[in-house]
Amino acid sequence: MTEPAEDGAGCGAEDGAGGATGGLSTDQRAIVRDGVAVGLATGAYGVSFGAVSVAAGLSVLQTCALSLLVFTGASQFALVGVIASGGAPLSGAVTALLLGSRNTLYGLRLAPLLSFRGVRRVAAAHLVIDESTAMSVNRDTTAAARVGFLSTGISVFVLWNLATLLGAVAGTALGDPRTYGLDAAVGGAFLALVWPRLDSPVNRLVAVLAVAVALGLVPVTTAGVPVLAAGAVAVLVGTLPRRERA
Amino acid sequence: MIWAAVLVSSAGCYLLKLAGLSVPPRVLERPAVERVAGLLPVALLSALVGVQVLGAGQHLVLDARLVGLGAAVVALLLRAPFLVVVVTAAAAAAAVRLLAGG
Repeated sequence: MTEPAEDGAGCGAEDGAGGATGGLSTDQRAIVRDGVAVGLATGAYGVSFGAVSVAAGLSVLQTCALSLLVFTGASQFALVGVIASGGAPLSGAVTALLLGSRNTLYGLRLAPLLSFRGVRRVAAAHLVIDESTAMSVNRDTTAAARVGFLSTGISVFVLWNLATLLGAVAGTALGDPRTYGLDAAVGGAFLALVWPRLDSPVNRLVAVLAVAVALGLVPVTTAGVPVLAAGAVAVLVGTLPRRERA
Repeated sequence: MIWAAVLVSSAGCYLLKLAGLSVPPRVLERPAVERVAGLLPVALLSALVGVQVLGAGQHLVLDARLVGLGAAVVALLLRAPFLVVVVTAAAAAAAVRLLAGG
């Protein structure tokens, strides 16, 4: 790990409290511990992604490829959700990309904090997700931010992919997914993903309008289109002129 | 077609992440862009809830999935973790189907 610039003079000075393990200070080891805990919790729901994905008709290989390569949960669920509802796979992909756009904003916030360059930035980009951002964006130093980002990102990546494989193999062995309510699990998963975001009146209004738009379009469009059209609600509400706050 | 969607999503989602770490902040850091980006997940995920629970091809139907969603709401109100919410939704729908004889 790179020392933060202001600690450059005292080599290993911050290790004084408890000695270093693998070059990490006591504080940094606490950050790693938290990162691994988040990885375990998040990885666990990779099981449900794996099971839901094969129930939607994807192969185990396709399911694992999504977790390895897309590696951003909401987008992955969206892609298999659209396919499950009979939509064109490519409209599912567009939905996945729209959901993935929030990682761009995370990256903007993380870039000056992590200050990765060159090949390390290219590698780190894959780990820019909800959890790694949350565990690094509030750190005071580049070193602490990098420890939080990497420990969380790598833990989630490893466990998410192992769990996906487990869920996909188990889901294949189950037989008819409806018997086990796996089709209802998809709706439950999306609700759990959106739930923490329903924390303001504007967001709740957007949620209600989006559901109304999507359901209104189901009878008259092909599957996949209603969800994309609901995205227009976000664009509309987000670009409405606002009153200036004092 | 599924593989094409997998690859498009993979390349696109990675490039969106890389763009955030690479482009100058002033290009994207505008209030309207931030608001839309914050609201997009809300709108898309909510729409997915609606379509997944009530949609069946080009029809809207009320079936065991709605019971599953109700169970998920209860689990979320009780602050259950993600996996518990998902399993609860599946179990509730499966139970309804079992009791209704399919």
